Amino acid sequence: MVSNGHTGDIVLEVEDLRTYFSTRWGTVKAVDGVSFDLRRGETLGIVGESGCGKSVTMLSLMRLIPMPPGEIVSGSIVLQGQDILQLTENEMSKVRGSQIALIIQDPMTSLNPVFTIGSQVNEAIQIHQDIPRRSILQQTLEVLRKVNIPAAETRVKDYPHQLSGGMRQRVVGAIGISCEPAVLIADEPTTSLDVTIQAQYLKLLKDLQQQQNLALIFITHDFGVVAKMCDRVAVMYAGRIVEMGNVREIFNSPSHPYTEALLASVPKLEEDVDRLFAIEGQPPALHDLPQGCAFADRCPHVMDRCREEYPAQFQVSATHNAACWRLA
Amino acid sequence: MTANPQRGEASARASALLEVRDLKKHFPVTKGLIFSRTTGYLKAVDGISFQIERGKTLGIVGESGCGKSTTAKLLLMLEEPTEGQILFEGEDIHHTDASHRRSYRSSVQAVFQDPWSSLNPRMRVRDLIGEPMVINWDVPKREIEERVEKLLNDVGLSSYHANLFPHEFSGGQRQRLAIARGLSLNPKMIVLDEPVSALDVSIRAQIMNLLKDLQKEYEVSYLLIAHHLATVRYMCDWVAVMYLGQIVEYAEVKELYNTPLHPYTKALMSAALPSHPDIEQDEIILTGEVPSPLNPPSGCRFHTRCPFAMDRCAVEIPETKEVAPGHTTSCHLY
Repeated sequence: MVSNGHTGDIVLEVEDLRTYFSTRWGTVKAVDGVSFDLRRGETLGIVGESGCGKSVTMLSLMRLIPMPPGEIVSGSIVLQGQDILQLTENEMSKVRGSQIALIIQDPMTSLNPVFTIGSQVNEAIQIHQDIPRRSILQQTLEVLRKVNIPAAETRVKDYPHQLSGGMRQRVVGAIGISCEPAVLIADEPTTSLDVTIQAQYLKLLKDLQQQQNLALIFITHDFGVVAKMCDRVAVMYAGRIVEMGNVREIFNSPSHPYTEALLASVPKLEEDVDRLFAIEGQPPALHDLPQGCAFADRCPHVMDRCREEYPAQFQVSATHNAACWRLA
Repeated sequence: MTANPQRGEASARASALLEVRDLKKHFPVTKGLIFSRTTGYLKAVDGISFQIERGKTLGIVGESGCGKSTTAKLLLMLEEPTEGQILFEGEDIHHTDASHRRSYRSSVQAVFQDPWSSLNPRMRVRDLIGEPMVINWDVPKREIEERVEKLLNDVGLSSYHANLFPHEFSGGQRQRLAIARGLSLNPKMIVLDEPVSALDVSIRAQIMNLLKDLQKEYEVSYLLIAHHLATVRYMCDWVAVMYLGQIVEYAEVKELYNTPLHPYTKALMSAALPSHPDIEQDEIILTGEVPSPLNPPSGCRFHTRCPFAMDRCAVEIPETKEVAPGHTTSCHLY
């Protein structure tokens, strides 16, 4: 069991990442100064609402930002000792899939409908591993068995439409782990699945993580997924990480008003809640961010200072920090 | 408030607003294009019974393919049932005269999951919300406009929003529009089909609270279709758990969440995500997926995935038993 106390070596270090898009409304600062690190065998959850920059962070890590209109303006992404922002596109395509891989949200659209699942899984193996043709099929089957596809020998010849949603998602997972990457990013991998299928899939990801000592990044809007899966959490709002800490620190003593409000606004399975706390208003437009804290307009604790200056990161504990003037 | 001409003297005959008795919907499965013949039936809803009380909320939970959306369509009269009855204020809606049916249709409204596709992009808000009243009520235009303004205020928007088009609103605001439209005819019941699952997390609580407030104000009953168990716990008074076209467990919300009986309900609860990392959950992870409703398993439909399955489960269909007052389940364990 990989737990909080586990300190593997750092496989990914993101420093002051800024990804901007130029649009006709002006520059959209989708990711604006994001820093975090990730250790081997660890699971980091990146939580936030749509438009908070979590998906752009993920695309930046994969270097899949469409340029133009997007641009990684500054920062560094050091993956296993190598800054991938300095790589050429050719070099990057060798890294992508073999060292850092991605599981996309929607299994219905992320598989190609005109190729068999076997050929889609072995494509990644063919590109990244120098092994004879004959053993590719063997490896493909092995990967499919790892993600619990029943009767993998016959399933390799199936097309995506012949599989159920849960199976398709597992095939997407198989492609992700086929080259044993160091870092696997899962972008809302379970939102389109049914509850019981979701539980199966999350368990599978946990098992795979232990087998391969994977570093996992979970992109999600669901605190339930975080509670179930993650060791550490980064909460994003309007392109920045507003709070980061170990999962228990975040749940037990949320220090940023946004995290606090978000946790209070989720209905609970285990107890009766009389009335949910609702955060009024909506997230700000990213092309027109206020000068100070982006949450100020919705914050119950707002002070004058919040509107003037963006808060610095304050340490709550050695592993827990939040960007809020209340902590100053 | 505008008088509602459709609302005659409410018959207080039945205590429940709506009662469903042994409702079935079987879709024929055909083969061949020209000389097509029926080769079987897809039993989307297969003998369900429940009641909805005035001003209360019934939740229907289940995985995709369990028949919850077909149930909603049957109640909205968008599908004709194969068998069974829907009694509304004591009146069988399928065996009554046209005027009763018409009044039923305006008494039962719907709010759908996706506010991006449920609002006509070419209509202004005033027409979107006013249209049901223009069609159903014979009242002057000015009265309708006043009521649109009141509805907008009730759902937390402003009067000036009446002039805008749907694309000018955010997701949460659009869902508010859909709710205002649902309320426009003073319905007695609203079918809510996953009303918050397409919205952002911080917006969901706003909409759920709004729905609860409006329920009190308008004295309307809800049928809530949802898959998120925590949402159902927060919103509902009664819950029906569906599996492959049948209700496997039916109870008051507290009772169901504190003492789930049916193995499927237990599995759903243990599969649902916890609200805190320290919460220990039973690990009942179901293997496999929901079988096809075209060819449902014999005996108890859940026996193929049930961790407690016995020999008789494969053969004998379990009866629905009342295990505690108001708490029924269909399982051989009880």
